[in-house]
Amino acid sequence: MDDAFIEIASVSKSFGNVTAVDNISLSIRKGEFFSLLGPSGCGKTTLLRILGGFEALTDGKVMIEGQDITHMPAHLRPTNMVFQNYAIFPHLNVEQNVAYGLRQQKLSREEQAEKVSAALTMVQLEGFEKRGADEMSGGQKQRVALARALIKRPKVLLLDEPLGALDKKLREEMQIELRMLQQQVGITFVFVTHDQEEALTLSDRVAVMNEGRILQQAPPREIYERPISRKVADFIGQMNLLDGVVDSVSDKVVVSSVALGSVTVDANRQTVRPGDRVTLAVRPENLSLSNSPATGGLPVTLAASAFWGNTTYYRIIPEGAEGNTLDVSQQDYRGSKNSGDPAWLCFDSCDFLLLKD
Amino acid sequence: MNRNMNLAARILGTYAVIYVAYLYLPVLFLPLFSFNDSIYISFPLRGWTLKWYQTMLANEALHRALANSLKVGITTALISTILGILGARAVAQYRLPGQKQVVGVIMLPLVVPEIILAMALLIIILQTVGSRALGLMSITAGHILLCVPFAMVVLISRFEGFDRFLEEASHDLGENAWWTFWRVTFPNVLPGIVASLLLTFTISFDEFIMAFFLGSTDPTLPVFMWNQLRFPKLLPGVLALGACILIASVFIVLLAEWFRRRNAFDGQTGDMIIG
Repeated sequence: MDDAFIEIASVSKSFGNVTAVDNISLSIRKGEFFSLLGPSGCGKTTLLRILGGFEALTDGKVMIEGQDITHMPAHLRPTNMVFQNYAIFPHLNVEQNVAYGLRQQKLSREEQAEKVSAALTMVQLEGFEKRGADEMSGGQKQRVALARALIKRPKVLLLDEPLGALDKKLREEMQIELRMLQQQVGITFVFVTHDQEEALTLSDRVAVMNEGRILQQAPPREIYERPISRKVADFIGQMNLLDGVVDSVSDKVVVSSVALGSVTVDANRQTVRPGDRVTLAVRPENLSLSNSPATGGLPVTLAASAFWGNTTYYRIIPEGAEGNTLDVSQQDYRGSKNSGDPAWLCFDSCDFLLLKD
Repeated sequence: MNRNMNLAARILGTYAVIYVAYLYLPVLFLPLFSFNDSIYISFPLRGWTLKWYQTMLANEALHRALANSLKVGITTALISTILGILGARAVAQYRLPGQKQVVGVIMLPLVVPEIILAMALLIIILQTVGSRALGLMSITAGHILLCVPFAMVVLISRFEGFDRFLEEASHDLGENAWWTFWRVTFPNVLPGIVASLLLTFTISFDEFIMAFFLGSTDPTLPVFMWNQLRFPKLLPGVLALGACILIASVFIVLLAEWFRRRNAFDGQTGDMIIG
């Protein structure tokens, strides 16, 4: 990529004989909100700490704006970090915490006070200057950590699951604020999270990680709509995954599955041959139910339903395919909803994704 | 039920009173007899006097012994606390091969009888350098050996309670190792350092066996007092001195407690932090 701002080239990191980061290459653009998404232990935090200068890498190279920072110590890097537990200095108040990184700039009292108050205004903590570290809620601590990092005007802000410790409502509020803040300051954000919803909501691009590797990096919509592997499909959102075998390949691929019989799908950038075992993936919201056979749907039996507010999930068993279940999300199904009731499943085969592993 | 509880409470209360009396009443005889107008320590008291305090103040040998003890105590406190900081920091931060064994060896003086240590040190010094090496220096060396484990115990708990991400945050905000230590690590472990200084000073100040074995003709205060005890007419002066030390140590303990509480309090309300 020509406009790479952060360039991570073949980076590996091992702890003893455990490989936390396995030969990862990644380009992040200037001003981008980039998320590293994956389950705990997938190496996302290690990669972030490599960027911050807290882990020496085993192999590879890290560049920011064309400058090789692979061996640059943390205190000289143009990056700042918001730590998972915020790491607010307990012996200092809010003002002193935020001003901590300004010592070397040798500012006058007034200049420093001005910068601190601007930073606190940015994170909406005006009037909290004299508060102690332990007098603040999680959300407030997080704002202090943000202000303390952003006051340094870093080229890159690293965020290590900063919303993880907050309750759901506050977390959603902070997500919106964080996104607005990022657009306002225009700093490149690298954001680590295990919460896929959060990653999809906030990011310009997401890298899905597992076992030290990147499975897919793409904009959120692409990750959601066109996952490239079964692991990504399984990790992102609700997804029905059906085992199948390739029947024939032309410009389309015909797959026969136990659950739905023969389905004709797009190749989805995969090369397959007849006889290959594959996975068909389809989102619950792309399936629908009908209470009459007139629509030409596949006969199924309702197994369970769950009301979610904006939608209802139905678990169904296709006729003659006991042991295979699919989830359907539908707001306006009018048929009888007791388990054991019959229904007819409608779908459009172009909503199915062909996945290889 | 209620009556049983009352009885239990009464027994517990009585026990507490006896316990405290046993602990502190004998100590109170010290200042009491130091004001008694007699060289014999016995009831009834003959009358009130301050003359023992006058003899104490006029006693040059006593002043020298006090100065010796202060010198040894302060040096011991400083050196063993610095060694303790370095050791505790390493133990709390790293996981090294053989670490448990090394810490075990450092802690050994806590369980080895002091008299064994004192004798061993005496023999080594006499065999290597000779008796001219005995004096305040050798006493200080022995005291440091004795005090480092105490300093370590106090400091390890403080360092282990200290969040290492705070140091990373400081590096992240542009401070190198030196500034990070002074701006983050030091203020956060300061209560532990103060506690270690006070504890090691106190241990050194009233330590007798090593000071007796490893000393020369120039005694520390405990050895000096022990010498005085052999002469009845000097005894009341020792009592007066004991009373003074008692008051000083109560003062130090209160100071340490105040310092500790102030820091615990700061933990909750940063408003108390000045500057």
